Amino acid sequence: MSTFPTSVLSQRTSGSRRSFLLAGAAGMLATRSVDAASPTKVKTQARIVIVGAGAAGLTAAARLSAALDGARITIIDPRREHFYQPGFTLVAAGIKPMDYVVSRTADYIPPGVELVTDRVAELDVDGKQVLTASGARHPYDFLIVATGMQLEYGLIEGMDAKLIGEHGIGSIYGGPQAAQATWRAMSAFADRGGRGVFLRPATEMKCAGAPLKYTFISEDYLTRRGTRSKSEVIYNSNNKALFSVPIVHEKVRMLFQARGIAVNYERVLKAIDPGRRIATFSTASGVEEQGYDFIHVIPPMRAPEVVRKSPLPWPADKNKAWSDEGWMEVDRATLRHVRYANVFGVGDIAGVPKGKTAASVKWQVPVAVDHIVAELAGGKSNALYNGYTSCPLITRLGQAMLIEFDYQNNLTPSFPGVIAPLEELWVSWVMKTMALKPTYISMLRGRA
Amino acid sequence: MKELDPFVLLAVFQEMLGPLLWPLVALVVLTAVAFVTLLVSERGVRSRRMLLAQAIGLLGGVFALWVMATVSSSGFTDAGGPADWVLIALVCVLGAAGTAILVYTVAGWVGHGRCPLCAVLRPKS
Ligand SMILES: Cc1cc2nc3c(=O)[nH]c(=O)nc-3n(C[C@H](O)[C@H](O)[C@H](O)COP(=O)(O)OP(=O)(O)OC[C@H]3O[C@@H](n4cnc5c(N)ncnc54)[C@H](O)[C@@H]3O)c2cc1C
Repeated sequence: MSTFPTSVLSQRTSGSRRSFLLAGAAGMLATRSVDAASPTKVKTQARIVIVGAGAAGLTAAARLSAALDGARITIIDPRREHFYQPGFTLVAAGIKPMDYVVSRTADYIPPGVELVTDRVAELDVDGKQVLTASGARHPYDFLIVATGMQLEYGLIEGMDAKLIGEHGIGSIYGGPQAAQATWRAMSAFADRGGRGVFLRPATEMKCAGAPLKYTFISEDYLTRRGTRSKSEVIYNSNNKALFSVPIVHEKVRMLFQARGIAVNYERVLKAIDPGRRIATFSTASGVEEQGYDFIHVIPPMRAPEVVRKSPLPWPADKNKAWSDEGWMEVDRATLRHVRYANVFGVGDIAGVPKGKTAASVKWQVPVAVDHIVAELAGGKSNALYNGYTSCPLITRLGQAMLIEFDYQNNLTPSFPGVIAPLEELWVSWVMKTMALKPTYISMLRGRA
Repeated sequence: MKELDPFVLLAVFQEMLGPLLWPLVALVVLTAVAFVTLLVSERGVRSRRMLLAQAIGLLGGVFALWVMATVSSSGFTDAGGPADWVLIALVCVLGAAGTAILVYTVAGWVGHGRCPLCAVLRPKS
């Protein structure tokens, strides 16, 4: 059996960057479906617990249930609704209605998998069990942690998620309602013009392209509504770059310059005064106040408390920042926990240098699942995740750049020679608006 | 695109089109069969009918572009590079050819006063 899972995955990893044609709205298409790749299921009685039924948790459930026969798979999440988060940007751009991003988690639960609607309150990894808020105990042989991350609006003084949509404050990250409210606030701003302030947090974040996308989209609305000439658009980066991949940084810098978007480096939002519309940033040398008519707040992000309180995060002596933020100490290639061999961390919670997109989920989950299935079959998997991350970077309404990259900051285009990654293209926009969601949903069902 | 898996494509199109997928596939297959049957039974192409069909086909091409722009929430000024022109040409040509074939086939069978389904079953009738 030992060759089976390895071969399954090596086909996948060699062949399917194109599979990600969609996850970035690119990918996913080329990936072999689980059923096609593994006609024989592995018989097992293993108990597998998945914490979190978001993009990564549901994908893992679908793939495990397709690969295993007899396993007891439990997936736990307190929320009954599923949010298609990459769509938040489109809702906040006035392109899609709110219901575009909301569906029911239960609709994606594969047969034989038990959905528990409860919050996991404790990860007792030494006792090999998880405890829920209602007091239930779920012992496991394998644990997949897929809790995503937590938005910490409260770490910005004066900021509260309830303010989104009021006082010129927007935040597309806060959920479907917040995205809708952000659209109203930004649209009102575009009608009048004024000073738009944009930023990103100093922590790790999901979809690091989204702050840039929303800056471009807002600037485009100002132009379309004829208020651009009396407006200022300012982007505040937390560090010395606009994007972690140098070649992408350079391209975005050029586009910002061409659109007249001013850039400040090393600005981190510390406080906001909604009444006076003043944002306070820390700078390399002190603090700076910026007045605004519209501000797009992206909060600091960190691991949910249940993970931060567990033994799973990176230890401070190995990685101080990731330890403080609570990301799981997993092997960057296998997603297996470094200290707890039967625990995997996939999706946003994984403490790896890239990732934190739905496109990365599509690449990470098959690797983690392959390792579990191989082990249950008495073998060993060679499947590796190369850091694939993808982000259809909208640069104006109707155009996007299909940016895909890996751990080494290499661009990894799904369609080399056809869809240029650093070119503003309509076809990339079409992928984002038409193909990404169907591909994402197919991924949740284990079919892409 | 050598590794493109047809099952994955099918899954994505199923999600994209929902209940429309199979009726659309049926329409394409039926039209193709009826078209070929018509060509065989008429022993070739009737050029006047084809000319009319192609003229209407042009409108079909424009309509396909309009549908594409609507469902992707984009306008007509968004093309930015060669890949975009290829996609626009593809959508336009497919829309035009599809419409032309549909119109030619329907006109052929209606003109003959025959039911296409019967014709499929008895092509020589
Ligand atoms: C505005 C925005 C734009 C984005 N754009 C893109 C894009 O264009 N392309 C792209 O690929 N990605 C994009 N992403 C990123 C993508 O949505 C995430 O990377 C992806 O959803 C991560 O999946 P996940 O399963 O790790 O987390 P999530 O999908 O967030 O799911 C985590 C789940 O865990 C649950 N959970 C949390 N705590 C507990 C607990 N204690 N017990 C039980 N369950 C718990 C939550 O309820 C949630 O359902 C975007 C995200 C945002 C916010």
